[in-house]
Amino acid sequence: MKKLLLATAAGALLAGAASAEDVKLGTSFGFTGPLESMAPPMQNGVTLAAKEVTDSGLLLDGSTVSVVQGDSTCIDAAAASATVERLITAEKVRGIIGGMCSGETIASLQNVAVPNGVVMISPSATSPALSTIDDQGLFFRTSPSDARQGEVMADIILEKGIKSVAVTYTNNDYGKGLADSFAAAFTAKGGTVTVNSAHDDGKADYSAEVAALAAAGGDALVVAGYVDQGGSGIVRGALDSGAFETFVFPDGMVNDTLVSNFGSEIEGSFGQNPAAEGEGRDKFVELAKAAGFDGTATYAGESYDAAALILLSMAAAGSSDPAVYKDKVMDVANAPGEKILPGELGKALQILKDGGDVDYVGATAVELVGEGESAGVYRQIEIKDGKMEVVGFR
Amino acid sequence: MDILNALVAFLNFVFIPAAAYGAQLALGALGVTLIYAILRFSNFAHGDTMAFGTAITILVTWGLQSLGVSLGPLPTALLALPVGIAATALLVLGIDRSVYRFYRAQKAAPIIFVMASVGVMFVMNGLTRLLIGVDEQRFDDGARFLIGVRDFREWTGLSEGLALRSTQALTLVVTVVTCAALFWFLNRTKSGKAMRAYSDNEDLALLSGIDPERVVRLTWIIAAALMTIAGVLYGLDKSFRPFNYFQILLPIFAAAIVGGLGNPIGAIAGGFLVAFSEVAVTYPWVKVAGYLFPGWQPGGLLQLLGTEYKFAVSFVILIVVLLFRPTGLFRGKSV
Repeated sequence: MKKLLLATAAGALLAGAASAEDVKLGTSFGFTGPLESMAPPMQNGVTLAAKEVTDSGLLLDGSTVSVVQGDSTCIDAAAASATVERLITAEKVRGIIGGMCSGETIASLQNVAVPNGVVMISPSATSPALSTIDDQGLFFRTSPSDARQGEVMADIILEKGIKSVAVTYTNNDYGKGLADSFAAAFTAKGGTVTVNSAHDDGKADYSAEVAALAAAGGDALVVAGYVDQGGSGIVRGALDSGAFETFVFPDGMVNDTLVSNFGSEIEGSFGQNPAAEGEGRDKFVELAKAAGFDGTATYAGESYDAAALILLSMAAAGSSDPAVYKDKVMDVANAPGEKILPGELGKALQILKDGGDVDYVGATAVELVGEGESAGVYRQIEIKDGKMEVVGFR
Repeated sequence: MDILNALVAFLNFVFIPAAAYGAQLALGALGVTLIYAILRFSNFAHGDTMAFGTAITILVTWGLQSLGVSLGPLPTALLALPVGIAATALLVLGIDRSVYRFYRAQKAAPIIFVMASVGVMFVMNGLTRLLIGVDEQRFDDGARFLIGVRDFREWTGLSEGLALRSTQALTLVVTVVTCAALFWFLNRTKSGKAMRAYSDNEDLALLSGIDPERVVRLTWIIAAALMTIAGVLYGLDKSFRPFNYFQILLPIFAAAIVGGLGNPIGAIAGGFLVAFSEVAVTYPWVKVAGYLFPGWQPGGLLQLLGTEYKFAVSFVILIVVLLFRPTGLFRGKSV
């Protein structure tokens, strides 16, 4: 077995060293399932980075990049593992951007990507559990851990003068991780969590869950759920029965669907999602607009950055072999080096080719810390006059 | 004041939701019980037939909405409902002709009918998904509330709010009308009496010149109407997703069996019993108790079961009834 692995690795090395090839990247996003409205902009982000690199003609002696799309379903770990298995064994991808949700990411990483030695960079899996997973240096994420989001959310809520909240979370790794880290942070900062209970996705009716939350009380309701799923059901039930009027929305809830579902009914509610401010973001939004999609969509920038990181690492390592370029990801993402914004991937490739060093900033001010996860900048939003407005960054 | 607050909290979070849900279950259970009484088998395809009828109604509703037709404050789906019922009736009559009639001619045992209906269930399952997809669909329009929470608080000055959604009120009204029409039909018309006679004793009914195929057809048509109405009301009040209609099969059967299979009054009583138990057992009573006994500070939420166990309540009721009173509370036919 060991020999076989060695032989495979050697074969891969040889293949990697060969000049001009077609580098395949796979995406494993939940195109169907509870976050399906978020997946297309993420895919567009990846495609944008791939196209930029291909057009520059500077990656590994003019290699082209193609993107193979895979459906992770977000909730079905077995389906996600099968998708990643297909990407790696049948499509022979050199790196994977994904998964999308924490549970399926953990499953497909442990079952497929790590045994096959393929790099996975997730733009959106935020469970604290992924920080400590044994990934053999193959897993990175351009989004921050929810341990950080919990802290940020607790700060925002306390600054609004709200001292007691009820928390409901979607019954999976993402929801539980976020709810627990928030509850710990909020309590430590002097707030009170009246109840921290789960809801299951895909139900017709959430009146029982809402009744329980209402009975526990609180000045606001934190909905750590999915906007295309139970999260919206809970908000609808709470509004209808008058149980809560102010809601706090973490990243899974913050997108346009939320506004089109509720509009002015959730006036004054607020939340946050990972999204950096600054030049990189503005540039990415511009690029996205030119490419025909909305660059402000949740995790679109993170997806672009994930793809860019893989491709730049390949260039830095001079090989598309995951076993080789995985060690370059942190170097490319962090200082020292020339700062690289979206749209400057060609410039970065030239610098790397000339033996220079780059510090990839990208759309989301990428700075990988710890085991390779984003330090995390959050965009604070508020619902004003039936519209989602960005009120600040932290 | 505190007693009023307790009452309002109870009405808002327990009574109104449970009454609407109970009415939807009752209509579903009526269909199950009717088929059991006359065709003598438990129809497992019930939930998915409800989904099919609702899907057709939704499609017609969308068509009407795009033509600009509306019923003002009432949901447009009410206009589309007859089309949904007709389509569902045609479908179940077709299925009866192609599947069940064969087994009837064979005088097959009830369990064979039940298994055949499981097969029909899977076919309907796929049919509905092909027709409208697996996603959640919303098709309610018109006024959302009869009583809104904020308005209620302003009128009464109470700290607790009360909401009555128009779909909840509509559900109750339609259920009452449907049940009244059904009982009138069964008790007063010739066809209804023929159906009851056939249900009581098939051979005697045959001897007195009742056409069994006609009774079967009538049963399917009435059942299709009940199923579609129940499905549309459930979809209007909550939301439509085909999988949820499969899941609702369990509480519907629990309701029909608790009341006594084959007994229409039992089905209605069973529907409300199951719904009220589900809601009352999973509701945290801490707020209501706090109003009633102001000095008392209970440690927990006074919740008997977590909301995740809602469906378990139907199971428990089902088992308890089958153990102690197998023919149900209202003496239906034995299972």
